Amino acid sequence: MRRRRRHALPGFGLTLGLSLSYLALIVLIPLGALALKSATIGPLEFWNAVTTPRALASYRVTFGCAALAGLVNLVLGPLLAWVLVRYRFPGRKLIDALVDLPFALPTAVAGITLTALYASNGPLGRWIEAAGYKVAYTPTGITIALIFVSLPFLVRSVQPVLEQLEPDIEEAAATLGAGRLTTLVRVILPTLWPAILTGFALAFARAVGEYGSVILSKLDAYDYAGATAIAVVLLLVSFAALLAINLLQLWTVRRRSSEAR
Amino acid sequence: MNAPRRHSTALRDPAWLRTLLLTIALAFVALFLVLPLIAVFGYAIEKGFDVYLASVTDEDARSAIRLTLLVAAISVPANTIFGVAAAWLITRFTFSGKNLLVSLIDLPFAVSPVIAGLIYVLLFGAQSSLGSWLIAHDIKIIFAVPGIVLATTFVTFPFVARELIPLMQAQGSEEEQAALTLGAGGWSMFWRVVLPKIGWGLAYGVILCNARAIGEFGAVSVVSGHIRGVTNTMPLHVEILYNEYNRTAAFAVASLLALLALATLAVKQLVGWRMRRAEPEHDAA
Repeated sequence: MRRRRRHALPGFGLTLGLSLSYLALIVLIPLGALALKSATIGPLEFWNAVTTPRALASYRVTFGCAALAGLVNLVLGPLLAWVLVRYRFPGRKLIDALVDLPFALPTAVAGITLTALYASNGPLGRWIEAAGYKVAYTPTGITIALIFVSLPFLVRSVQPVLEQLEPDIEEAAATLGAGRLTTLVRVILPTLWPAILTGFALAFARAVGEYGSVILSKLDAYDYAGATAIAVVLLLVSFAALLAINLLQLWTVRRRSSEAR
Repeated sequence: MNAPRRHSTALRDPAWLRTLLLTIALAFVALFLVLPLIAVFGYAIEKGFDVYLASVTDEDARSAIRLTLLVAAISVPANTIFGVAAAWLITRFTFSGKNLLVSLIDLPFAVSPVIAGLIYVLLFGAQSSLGSWLIAHDIKIIFAVPGIVLATTFVTFPFVARELIPLMQAQGSEEEQAALTLGAGGWSMFWRVVLPKIGWGLAYGVILCNARAIGEFGAVSVVSGHIRGVTNTMPLHVEILYNEYNRTAAFAVASLLALLALATLAVKQLVGWRMRRAEPEHDAA
């Protein structure tokens, strides 16, 4: 008795049973249904379903717009994080809180608001159309919506790294005669790359996931096989992005530990 | 005397760079975050307060609000109970397959909401064998309330567990051990030691889960069938109204969702502040 100084905590059986059955019921069985359904589609039929001209066009729009939105945030996200961490200005706390708005605001609300703003008669759309461009209901509009949706990912992955950055490297760079801009680009930016890329991958996965109107329009026609096939393609891309994120994080940890050595 | 000043100027961006970056950042925030937020409320009250009130209390709008609250009232508690159980399991015990379990809990975040809806249609829809059995027994899941609840639960599945796992990992189990040593039973330890300890983190997870449950569009849209007054949630109602060129009514309902989003952000700040206060050593770091 005396040997076991630590008590075994209770609840293993209860929490294990509850977690596993709930996980199976809500996530695993329904996802299994998708896998089964796609397995019943023959490989040729599957290939045909995912390579119809309509499907190909939708991949171009989805991945193109998601990548473009990610690239815009790749520049502006870290910039915003830098301003929020390093500069002191009135309203900084408010803006910091507001960065999470795209997480909290339902997509339907964001969607109609951006459409109304950028429509031909909207306050922004009117200007832009006067300049000869069209935004609402075009890939540009989709890209703007995806920039909105994926903005917090970049800011929130870079911000904690910036906050923990030790000032001594920057001081060393300055002592050695580097200008401030050189220090920013050559010293600070390289330490941020893993966080920036992680944020980009998260943003891209979210943007691809958010844009699933192809499947919706396919469902309307009750083409379940086609919808399933495209769903599998989108799922694989999301999983690949998540895998990339995990590898990136592994890389970050390795870098940190080798720097510490 | 000179050294500290050199330190501070070395770490300061030159004025032109500061102004440039600050201007870009503020313009971006104004255009992408502030303007849309103002626009939601602006469009909502563009025809006056009476029209706003009428749109929000319209019969279809009221039934959409009721349905949305009902769905959240089922899926948020269910995911909360699961989240606490899973976090306890993962942070307090070692067992094989633990890493796999953690990845599986995160899985719904990787699945696009539209696909989340689709998997339930495939499972329960009329074309599946389970679906035809359900139809024969007159049980409606897809294009009915149970389907909406299931899809919402799937999409919000990881929120609470994800928030609690790192928190409980960091906190350790010293207090729980002490409570047991002093003779507390399992449940009394849970209510009087564990729950107060994880309180703010739990609150944060529940708030995020609730915000997403109320705002979910893609997954719910696939399983709902858009039957007005029956299976229309608030986000779906907003979209339908907007597509019918009923802009004011759409933004009136949307403004309720936007208020909820703002409340979520406010509570998030509050919880973050309380959690930082609760761990003074975190502040020092």
